[in-house]
Amino acid sequence: MSKVMESSSSSYKGHKKSIGNWYKKNYIGWLFILIAVVGISLFYFYPMIRALLLSFQSGMGSNLEYVGLDNYIRLFSDPTFIAALTNTFIYLLIQVPVMIILALFFSVLLNDATLKFKGFFRTAIFLPCVTSLVAYAVIFKYLFGVDGLINQFLLDLSLISQPLNWLADPVLAKITIIIAITWRWTGYNMIFYLSALQNVDKSMYEAAKIDGATSFQQFFYITVPMLKPIILFTSIISTIGTLQIFDEIMNITNGGPGNATLSISMYIYNLSFEYSPDFGYAATVSYVIVILVVVLSLIQFKVAGDDK
Amino acid sequence: MNKFKRIATYTFLSAAAIVSIFPFLWMLVSMTNRSVDVTQGRLLPGTHLFENLRVLFESVNMVTALVNSTIIAVITTFFTLLIGSLAGYGFEIYRTPGKDRVFNLLLLSMMIPFAAIMIPLYRLFGGVSSTVSFLGIDTLAAAILPTVITAFFIFFFRQNTKMFAKDLVEAGRIDGLSELGIFFRIYLPTMKTTYAAAAIIAFMNSWNNYLWPLVVLQSPENQTIPLLISNLGAGYTPDFGVIMTAIVIATLPTAIVFFIMQKHFVAGMMGSVKG
Repeated sequence: MSKVMESSSSSYKGHKKSIGNWYKKNYIGWLFILIAVVGISLFYFYPMIRALLLSFQSGMGSNLEYVGLDNYIRLFSDPTFIAALTNTFIYLLIQVPVMIILALFFSVLLNDATLKFKGFFRTAIFLPCVTSLVAYAVIFKYLFGVDGLINQFLLDLSLISQPLNWLADPVLAKITIIIAITWRWTGYNMIFYLSALQNVDKSMYEAAKIDGATSFQQFFYITVPMLKPIILFTSIISTIGTLQIFDEIMNITNGGPGNATLSISMYIYNLSFEYSPDFGYAATVSYVIVILVVVLSLIQFKVAGDDK
Repeated sequence: MNKFKRIATYTFLSAAAIVSIFPFLWMLVSMTNRSVDVTQGRLLPGTHLFENLRVLFESVNMVTALVNSTIIAVITTFFTLLIGSLAGYGFEIYRTPGKDRVFNLLLLSMMIPFAAIMIPLYRLFGGVSSTVSFLGIDTLAAAILPTVITAFFIFFFRQNTKMFAKDLVEAGRIDGLSELGIFFRIYLPTMKTTYAAAAIIAFMNSWNNYLWPLVVLQSPENQTIPLLISNLGAGYTPDFGVIMTAIVIATLPTAIVFFIMQKHFVAGMMGSVKG
């Protein structure tokens, strides 16, 4: 406490009566943050606690009663939940690395000082970020329809002999979702890397070139290590985002065919608002996302922090 | 070898640019075409734009959705900026270990997945419905309230306040301004760029928000644009020309903001990282 008073009163320079003042200002400071603290407690922390309590209850609509760990046990034998969990992990394990590598690759290409039309390329690749998730999802749904443009294009190039039913095939539907998310978010990640690359000392690349390092070696031995903190940041953001994926699934495939593209968030939505509402079990499923977010973020921190 | 690398780079970047831009061109072209033309893959502009606009504004609730989305986004942006900057300023200018602990606690809320708090929030507003009707389920206020206060913006404003010259606070005190007066008369005008960047993100987030409005806004007269597009897209006999027109109108405000304020836009994104 005394340390703070010191640092705080040092800014008063010469005002001897500042201790009483300091308490007054400290008190006013709390008023500044009051609305935010109350708001976040009411709209984040309070619902989190309610969701935890709900996860031990079961019943239809508002007729809930405590059932102990029943909901948690039910998770393990619920094929729809297992499908949603598996799908979400497939998105996570394929989409996030592909996107990060692509974004890194673009940013390295764009960081070249001699490159022409740099501004155009950068803006073009970032452009998908201005679309709303629902809008681009609907567009992708039509692009990947049976008689959509993607099929027409592939047919014209003779890459396929008959139209692919992208949205009705379990594997192709997942691929469509992955392509869609990658289209929307690669530019977003690229901007972070580009800005970080500007802080990387150019002489390191010069030295590497003199030592005869190839572009690939430069990428893996200079760029990636230098960008490690920002790669960690973006992979955590992407992981949290993908674990919660909802808008795209709802609007491109509606979870189908069967449950082949269903995500955890969409299952929670269905449990609460589409099927006969089971808020208790839905809350249990939602806690799975909470646990996954925390565990995966910790793992990423651990993995990235290993060399230090 | 070097020439080969050059060509490969340009080819690759051009391909990426085309893939990124193509859906935009397609929706712009499609808004001028009939539904049949869109399904047949027509890539040339047509003459059906006014017909599509007429259908959209006459037989679909586009006007209502535009009004609702605008009201929600403007109010959300205003309060997000006000509350977020007051808190960010408060945490940084009146820094104490106690406040730092509270700050770290608030940051934890960024990790909370929305799906996890959606049901309790829905029940919270459902419970309020019977007593305070203007705040309950299916009101714009319910769509706005939980989205207004976020740890992200508190963090964002605190990070930017670190670069605010604190001597100005002292100067304001000597001039006899109240603490709140210093905030509104000195801090706010000097931090215009920070507010601009925050406004862009807040507006876009709200304009594009889907899940919470989907849960809480049920009647057609409370629909927002994402809900309208989603409903149009899920129809059994979708009119593609009309849907594309709706999508273009929905994307236009954010695209314009992006092109006019590209610097602020990127600054806004980066504001969340710089230490």
